Amino acid sequence: MSKTAGNPKVSNLNDLLAIAYQIEIDAVDRYKMLADQMETHNNPELVKVFRDLARAEGIHGEEIRRLAGDFDVVAHARQIANFERSESPEEVDLGSAHYLMTPWHALQLSLKGEERAFAYFTSIVETAKDPKVKALAAELVEEEAEHVNLVHRLLLRYPKPSDTWADDLDPPVSQE
Amino acid sequence: MSTVDTQRAYKQADYKSDINPIWCPGCGDYHVLLSFTRAFAQLGLPPEQIAVISGIGCSSRIPAYTNCYGFHGVHGRSLALAAGLKVTRPDLTVVVASGDGDGYSIGGNHFLHACRRNVDMTYVVMDNHIYGMTKGQPSPTTEPEFDTALSPGGTKVRPFHPLVIALASGANFIARCFSGAPNETAAVLVEAIKHPGFSFVEILSPCVTFRPDEKAWKDLVHPAPVAATTDPGKAARRIMSDDGFNIGILFRGNRTPYQPAVGATNIELSELEKDFEL
Repeated sequence: MSKTAGNPKVSNLNDLLAIAYQIEIDAVDRYKMLADQMETHNNPELVKVFRDLARAEGIHGEEIRRLAGDFDVVAHARQIANFERSESPEEVDLGSAHYLMTPWHALQLSLKGEERAFAYFTSIVETAKDPKVKALAAELVEEEAEHVNLVHRLLLRYPKPSDTWADDLDPPVSQE
Repeated sequence: MSTVDTQRAYKQADYKSDINPIWCPGCGDYHVLLSFTRAFAQLGLPPEQIAVISGIGCSSRIPAYTNCYGFHGVHGRSLALAAGLKVTRPDLTVVVASGDGDGYSIGGNHFLHACRRNVDMTYVVMDNHIYGMTKGQPSPTTEPEFDTALSPGGTKVRPFHPLVIALASGANFIARCFSGAPNETAAVLVEAIKHPGFSFVEILSPCVTFRPDEKAWKDLVHPAPVAATTDPGKAARRIMSDDGFNIGILFRGNRTPYQPAVGATNIELSELEKDFEL
């Protein structure tokens, strides 16, 4: 058994599959929200980045569903995979969004999410008693490490913007 | 609170409408919307048994973004609308959304009497210490020294203390939350909705456009060091002396909610209409 404060309890292999699935789905929802925000605020480059990230997380979710075979991972996730107090590890912080943010910022947010997921599954490897749970958690750690590397590679395409990235020629100003 | 549907499990998405919010990216109100839908899903309430009522302002857009019954009312009058709805339809779960301008200034008097009256509903105020929608005027909770073009050198006016006023006026449940912790906020909202009587939840929700300094709230908030008290005297001392960033349920009262018997009068509508004849 493994339990981290505020996180759902992992008692067996099915629990871990359900939680891993839910983590990806939570990330999909959050990226879609950010894409919608960017669409509303006319930042099309970011719309594409966030939609691509949502699609990638959705593919990861489907992979976990396939791994679960006949087991209904979606229904089980709905029952047990509630991050009651903490945030779901890969959920991007909505408070970090900005209407002029760049792909570099989006990928930084994504990187933090992948690193949190890596840390989450690592904690399960370290605390799980069931060898099957431990083995699957180790696989998930490897996958998250790959995702971290992937984001690092993507970041090579998008160098850090200058410090003036948030300067707006027509900024929102207080009414005078 | 209305009846829980035990036949099906609701998801957050069941409470979200198809309308995309137009808040500024980074606005705390996005998190509050997540907290609303999460709390409703945890309570298992059918969307059609919830009414979200609001006034005017950024925060008051929230009914449009939920899939529940909603009423986007006039400025500062959300509590009056909500009280009327709740006493005539006690079967509904009524949640009222407001901001520090709408709720504490224009609707300030309604706030006092809603606390006093203690109708069973939940009042959520998204406090960003500024009028955001109308471009950054000082609100009742703006700090006296906050310097803007509209208030050079600050207003020098003492801010309103909503939690103390709610307690003194008779609110039966008082909590403070931070929008950046949406799951914790959802847990508090669940408790607020379940608690009988008038529940008041103040959510510190940063305005990233006109108060970028409020991004620092993330590092200033901290859990309340002690559990909620049922003693108003103790609650008053704690709330008066805290730093304004104490997060959690601070007071749980035990007053009986106000609920007149539905249909208690025998007056027909036609009789009432006679009084308004010209």
